[in-house]
Amino acid sequence: MAFDRHHSRHSLLGLVMHAHQRWASLVAVLLVTSAPAFCAEPPVAPPDSQASLPAQYTTSSYVPNEVDRAVGQKTPQDHSKFKQLQGPFTTPEQVTQACLSCHTQAAKQMMSTIHWTWKAWNPETKQMVGKSQIYNTFCVSPVSNEQFCTVCHVGYGSTDPEKFIPFDQRTEDHVDCLVCHDQTKTYRKIPFIGGNPALEKIAVRPGCNEVYGTDKPYVMPEDLAHIAQHVQAPTRYTCGACHFYGGGGDGVKHGDLDSSLTNPGHELDVHMDAKGLNFPCQKCHEASDHRISGEHYAFDAAPKASAFMRGSQHNGNAATCQSCHGQTPHHGGSLTSKTVASTLNMHTREIACETCHIPEFARGGKPTKMNWNYATAGKLAPNGSPLVIEDEHGFNTYWGVKGSFQWAENVVPEYRWFNGTERWMHVGDKIQPDKNGVVGVNDISGSPTDGKSKIWPFKISRNNQPYDTQTGTLAVFHSFGFDQDSFTMSYDWKKAIAAGMKAANLPFSGQYGFVKTQMYWPIAHMVAPKTKALGCAQCHADNGRLQGIDGVYMPGRAKDHQPLIERIGLLAAALALVGVLLHALIRIVLSRRRRSSL
Amino acid sequence: MSTHRIYLFKRFERFWHWSQAALVITMLVTGFEIHGYLGGFDFKVAMLIHGYAAWLLVTLWTFAIFWHFTTGEWKQYIPTFQKIFLVARHYAWGIFRGEPHPYHATPLHKHNPLQRLAYLWLKLMINPLIWASGLLLLIFSYDWIRLLPFGLTLTEVAWVHTAAAYMMLLFFIAHVYLATTGQTPLTYIKAMITGWETVEEAPQAASSSSPAKA
Repeated sequence: MAFDRHHSRHSLLGLVMHAHQRWASLVAVLLVTSAPAFCAEPPVAPPDSQASLPAQYTTSSYVPNEVDRAVGQKTPQDHSKFKQLQGPFTTPEQVTQACLSCHTQAAKQMMSTIHWTWKAWNPETKQMVGKSQIYNTFCVSPVSNEQFCTVCHVGYGSTDPEKFIPFDQRTEDHVDCLVCHDQTKTYRKIPFIGGNPALEKIAVRPGCNEVYGTDKPYVMPEDLAHIAQHVQAPTRYTCGACHFYGGGGDGVKHGDLDSSLTNPGHELDVHMDAKGLNFPCQKCHEASDHRISGEHYAFDAAPKASAFMRGSQHNGNAATCQSCHGQTPHHGGSLTSKTVASTLNMHTREIACETCHIPEFARGGKPTKMNWNYATAGKLAPNGSPLVIEDEHGFNTYWGVKGSFQWAENVVPEYRWFNGTERWMHVGDKIQPDKNGVVGVNDISGSPTDGKSKIWPFKISRNNQPYDTQTGTLAVFHSFGFDQDSFTMSYDWKKAIAAGMKAANLPFSGQYGFVKTQMYWPIAHMVAPKTKALGCAQCHADNGRLQGIDGVYMPGRAKDHQPLIERIGLLAAALALVGVLLHALIRIVLSRRRRSSL
Repeated sequence: MSTHRIYLFKRFERFWHWSQAALVITMLVTGFEIHGYLGGFDFKVAMLIHGYAAWLLVTLWTFAIFWHFTTGEWKQYIPTFQKIFLVARHYAWGIFRGEPHPYHATPLHKHNPLQRLAYLWLKLMINPLIWASGLLLLIFSYDWIRLLPFGLTLTEVAWVHTAAAYMMLLFFIAHVYLATTGQTPLTYIKAMITGWETVEEAPQAASSSSPAKA
């Protein structure tokens, strides 16, 4: 029943061997490579299990034991020694040029990935998807708001706040290497300057401190040379600098990704546990040539491949639980725990690992935004600034520039059959509300019988967002900007929608209304310790977690009973019971009477 | 009237009866717990016990079937309608007046006509239904898409299992009550424990009234 830790360490950590194996191989390497001078070798410290490469090992006698692996958490090179990185750098592009002088293919690789293009092809639905192609239920669309959104795009080269230069028109030195590879935790991209870092003192727009990454009213210029000399493989911090803050703030968008995962404890995520396995993101989202595996647009809902060793040839998706744990991950020792384990292993045919092992999301002390209502936006405080209302925890439930919100922590996911296929509303698509009047911006498919679906946990984020009442097109609107068309400046939906639709090359009738929308976010992070995984009765019960799941008989759930069988069966049993009791009563009474009459 | 003892239930038969009784009670309780009707203990525990008990019962039944055929005891369940109305009348009327049972059991015919029908129904209807549906659930319930080629769905199999469980419950209630309808309430139960039944000499027969255990 338990994940076999020993087993999974082997496959999870792949090349990270056990200490004694590492010792043996290290000694072997030493013997082979330095046999003539073996006795003259300085002692080599035993590497610990975290494969630390202490900074003091800069002498040539150090034998890096991971030289044949892809660039890992620690690099064998000391970038601070490189002449190319001594600076001074006056523009971030100069840093990129310095990087590219050695890593000659890096920019080309980057520019072919979704991190650069914001586009992806979905072969299932034959759709072009990606951030710039679809709607979401948070900031809705980057179109017309790029100068703000590029705070998270891995590029430079569009510093004029009024003019956005499309990514495909930019040059290689516009790739931002530092935002992913910085290890100083000081590098920060600033909105409205085209995704550049601050090169001078810049004032923070009121209320936007989180986006500027500071609690001060200004940001100070970056020391680009220092950052360029301190680079490494991406960390949870660098990935999180963007992915934890999607939707405009910490934890807002995903629910299972927020800044609590920068240094999580064991309870929050067993794999990222900073004092335990301490996985960086790319341990699962295995990357090669700057391509990161496991994106939302190519979702593997029912991975069929078995576990494989990291680094080996395989056809699996590294970013799935199964890629390390296999298809039958539960093990037991005693007969009973073996029985339970095999029962759970059979559950894996229909139930995604995440469903039981992520009992709740937003567990790290940061709430996530469940509901957003644009229709209420635009109210001002008496002093003329946008009205802000905060709840008792200090989270804003209303902000004049955005509308009203509902936040939640420790959220129980909603569960659906899911085969990985999502049909996204493409920018320009007309709304098709369901019977409840709700528009799904990414309707998911899945069924109990298609052989490709499992029951998955979701955060379903909901909004009430503007659309063109004449054409039925979901609105693209200009939220952010210094210009008078942006909603944050004008509080005028008509202006903001007109500007957004124009930028998206869509017609706008001038009439708008608001429509309820919803968006599915599959939950895959914040994997709890096995003792906190769901128990049987959380689903095998009336009104349990899977009450809404149709198409499969679940013992313990009254909705699966055949009502006629239940009624007849219970009635017959009750009649029989009453019958025998009456029979017994008559027997007793009559036999007493007979006895007394004798 | 004199009394004498007859040996009705052999050692294996008694072992089979009581272990089956324990297993059926266990499975009824855990089964209705799994079904969602009883509180009190953990779903996982109920599921485990139900599973273990199922395999024990399968084993027991395998031996019992073998025993029935090798000893010829299966002939005890050949239905007969002889005296069936007399027996029915006894339970509906005569038993209240203290009349003797109209059926006189012998080791070769130890079940009265109503018992024969009831046990035949149990052995040919309830048990096979529980067996077949239970085994399908044990083996295929997590792979239920494979049931579809048989023309069965998981839901249908589960419903059959439930219906059979209700039949078993009904049988259980009637059986337990009728076990108290002997000379004294414990007559039949003692016989099922020791194998020997003490009966009053019937005036017209060598053996005596040893009727319904139902």
